[in-house]
Amino acid sequence: MNILDIQQDIIDEFSMFDDWMQRYEYMIDLGKSLPLIEEKYKTEDNVIKGCQSKVWVHAELEDDKLVFTADSDAIITKGIIAILIRAFSHQKPKDIIEANTDFIDEIGLKEHLSPTRANGLVSMIKQLKLYAVAYQTQLN
Amino acid sequence: MQTTLDILRIRADFPILKRKVNGSPLVYLDNAATSQTPQQVIDVIVDYYSSYNANIHRGVHALSQEATDAYEKARIKIQHFFNASKAYEILFTSGTTHSINIVANGFSSFVTSGDEILVSAMEHHSNIVPWQMLCERSGAILKVIPMNKDGELLMDEFRQLLSNRTKLVVCNHVSNALGTINPIEEIIAESHKVGAAVLLDGAQAAPHIAVDVQALDVDFYTASAHKLCGPTGIGMLYGKEEWLTKLPPYQGGGEMIEEVTFEKTTYAGLPHKFEAGTPNICGGIAFGAALDYINSIGLEAIAQYEHELLAYATEKLLEIDGITIYGTSKNKTAVISFNINGIHPYDIGTLLDKMGIAVRTGHHCAQPIMDFYHIPGTVRASFSFYNTKEEIDRFVSAVLKAKQMLF
Repeated sequence: MNILDIQQDIIDEFSMFDDWMQRYEYMIDLGKSLPLIEEKYKTEDNVIKGCQSKVWVHAELEDDKLVFTADSDAIITKGIIAILIRAFSHQKPKDIIEANTDFIDEIGLKEHLSPTRANGLVSMIKQLKLYAVAYQTQLN
Repeated sequence: MQTTLDILRIRADFPILKRKVNGSPLVYLDNAATSQTPQQVIDVIVDYYSSYNANIHRGVHALSQEATDAYEKARIKIQHFFNASKAYEILFTSGTTHSINIVANGFSSFVTSGDEILVSAMEHHSNIVPWQMLCERSGAILKVIPMNKDGELLMDEFRQLLSNRTKLVVCNHVSNALGTINPIEEIIAESHKVGAAVLLDGAQAAPHIAVDVQALDVDFYTASAHKLCGPTGIGMLYGKEEWLTKLPPYQGGGEMIEEVTFEKTTYAGLPHKFEAGTPNICGGIAFGAALDYINSIGLEAIAQYEHELLAYATEKLLEIDGITIYGTSKNKTAVISFNINGIHPYDIGTLLDKMGIAVRTGHHCAQPIMDFYHIPGTVRASFSFYNTKEEIDRFVSAVLKAKQMLF
């Protein structure tokens, strides 16, 4: 599936919820099922420092696709990462670079994208794309 | 003892308390970060810009004189609020951070290599970093007064740290992250015995405790208007006249001069020496109005009611399984910093926000305290005289709901 189709799937899933509480309960569940980063990659180098919760991301190239693993010390942040990773992992670096993140807005999590939210999410998207740029250069 | 305050009438003064957040009536429990503004203060701000906005201390025209009068009257209100002996010992600043930086910068002239500055373990970053910068410039040494698990300063260790090398002792009157009220009388007396000056960060104390700078004999005291029902961007620095006279100016510019030639400039007297440039005139006047408002309720009644709220909220929160409260000194203001077993404070804060409840989460700009407890941060609920027990009930059930969702 391409990134757009996955994003549409996520939007469809979230549209089934009536209120914020269901959305957040789902996100918390997603957080618990996040493909966790191996402990050896949970280094200071891999940490994305938000103001409040810590996020670690690791990327590896499998064939010509990028695979992400991650972790955070806050569960809601993990849920958001899980959503992002679902959209971007196992995709070609070029597609990740070109993808947009408007779907986060559409599933009612816009507030987490505000830079003032200081949860590291904005930096995290940037980091996923930076990994993609780095590996794209390698592929070229 | 039940409060004598008419809380419903008081709440009616604060337009913001009527709003909804995420569909629920706002419960505002982030008062240690900033307090809300009553209509009486908002009216003063509107009136200033509608009726007599002008630059001060320099115009011959009517508006300028009215603005100057109002601004200087506000200075006198602040003087009385903190019981300073002279109005010119009160400097208008942009807030506590600015106030501390004025002193830290000025002390470059008074400390040299090997001198010591004592700072408490429970300071806000704004009362740590300016002193570290001073130490870097001067070669002075920063030493830390340690605290115990309850969040109380270890006074024996403090006394041992004091010596004739100690030039300055800086400490908050009340801790922003823990609520601890520090034993400032003793700190001041002991520091003066070795000839050290004392600066107290009063940002968290001034809204809750009557402060008498003369009785305390403190050398410097700071406060921010926005924690006292006033606007942001305005605050004050109290300094004893003898200190302010000695202290070099912080910024050069208009207003702070007596005479300027290209060869030499002589500085204006107090307080203008420290007030370069056009100040936050409206903010200063509104600061005065905010103190009028606090006085109309009475700090003693405020302190008593907030203590009731603190006791009630503490009791209710302690019923929650797995909760830890940080800052358990018997002597504290209405601040509760807590965590629930295994849950990141950010998660709780996010869910509380969805339920219309405003708390602060994170390290509260006091990372050394978080390191002391080995935690990434806390959830902090801080109460004001316009909060109610019903709001605390809503807050506690929201915490329970969040806990249930997160486990």
